[in-house]
Amino acid sequence: MSVRTVITGMGVATPHGLDITDFWAATRVGKSAIGPVTRFDVSGYPARLGGEIRGFTAAEHLPGRLVPQTDRVTQLALVAADRAFKDARLDPHDVPADDMGVVTAVTAGGAAFVQDEMRKLFSRGSRHVSAYQSFAWFNAVNSGQISIRHGLRGPTGVLVSEQAGGLDALAQARRRLRKGSALMAAGGFDAPIHPLGWAAELAGGRLSTSGDPERAYLPFDAAARGHVPGEGGALLIVEREDAARARGARAPYAEIAGHAATLDPRPGSGRPPGLRRAIELALADAAADARDVDVVFADSAATARLDREEADALTAVFGPYGVPVTAPKTMIGRLQAGGSAVDVATAVLSIREGLIPPSIHVRPSPDHRLDLVTGQARTASVHTALVLARGAGGFNSALVVRALD
Amino acid sequence: MATQEFTVQDLKRILREGAGAAEAVDLDGDILDRDFEELGYESLALLETGGRIEREFGIELDDEIFADHRTPRTLVEAVNAQLKAAV
Repeated sequence: MSVRTVITGMGVATPHGLDITDFWAATRVGKSAIGPVTRFDVSGYPARLGGEIRGFTAAEHLPGRLVPQTDRVTQLALVAADRAFKDARLDPHDVPADDMGVVTAVTAGGAAFVQDEMRKLFSRGSRHVSAYQSFAWFNAVNSGQISIRHGLRGPTGVLVSEQAGGLDALAQARRRLRKGSALMAAGGFDAPIHPLGWAAELAGGRLSTSGDPERAYLPFDAAARGHVPGEGGALLIVEREDAARARGARAPYAEIAGHAATLDPRPGSGRPPGLRRAIELALADAAADARDVDVVFADSAATARLDREEADALTAVFGPYGVPVTAPKTMIGRLQAGGSAVDVATAVLSIREGLIPPSIHVRPSPDHRLDLVTGQARTASVHTALVLARGAGGFNSALVVRALD
Repeated sequence: MATQEFTVQDLKRILREGAGAAEAVDLDGDILDRDFEELGYESLALLETGGRIEREFGIELDDEIFADHRTPRTLVEAVNAQLKAAV
């Protein structure tokens, strides 16, 4: 049997806070962090609600040299990384630098940095563009900056599969551990609340244009009308179980037991969507049966077609009302690549506490035949959690998180 | 027209604005003869600093200026020599 991949540290940067304790305290009681966008003047746009990380000042958390060279998304990733390594109680000397790597997912890189520098380019000329534009924008920058800051000199990479990215990054980290790395930092982040990011999300056609924070993002509800975007993500420290024991790591939270990713067929092909296959393959990878799954963290796209597809996949695998399903994203919005990484952190905390956090504001449509946990959290013995994510462009990803016996 | 002068105060301000300051370094301390690298500024930080000096003072610096002038003292002297020559 191959060596298990265990989670030994977690760091989050979400609209529910930068501290994992604050994050869970808000999540477990179903607190909403969705409100009017304040980061830019959103009055001229059809979508005006967001899940913002309020009161975040990079200079309070990061070295002065890093602040001018980083986009907000990188600043959030670096802050989460600091906290994840601290949570893992890792002394950099515990593990050789070449045995540690990082893989992160992102959708739009440092888009706000790009926007600001392009504004200078077009209004004042090329001499006004920051030298840091050379790297601050690109998709690999979060992995690169985390690698430099924490001295991770092993495998480093970046994945772009929109909302599915956070799960795919963790799966890639697991593959790297199986190939011999001792420790990987993995997760996903996005920070799209700025005019350029907003324009891109609007062009995707899935944003809710409701102005009511309690009615805007309602996955699996007959009134579903798109989602509310949020910002942030999560970074997890994952280790080979033997390596974690060798360095005397803290008791791991849980293991990443299985994963699969599939791609939807071309629209109009008549072939079925790939989510069900991703779920079945992930369960097989975890040597788990549908009956072993205690909770599903749903992708929760909140459009009629995508909700239908997800509900169909879940009822096909688990049967109607066959497993508790939840959508904590209803509290903070969809964080693109960050959203699924945050859901993994939430799944881990659910396992630890034996509590399924609620989906808020949703009245599930009986057509979907889902046992959606709504209103308030549900006490449950959670041993195995399935996290689902679907990225715009046809990406499906399923990841199994399991308690360590 | 009087010659514009580039002071070490200007340099410190531009460094802070464009590239930030390392926690371990006190830019208000005795930095005149310390190497930029020792002060925590790598080549990209210096490129950004050079660009800001050029914009603010309306001059064009040689691409090699930071290779030839590794400390605040000699850089300030070199920029001022160029400002004087440009009058």
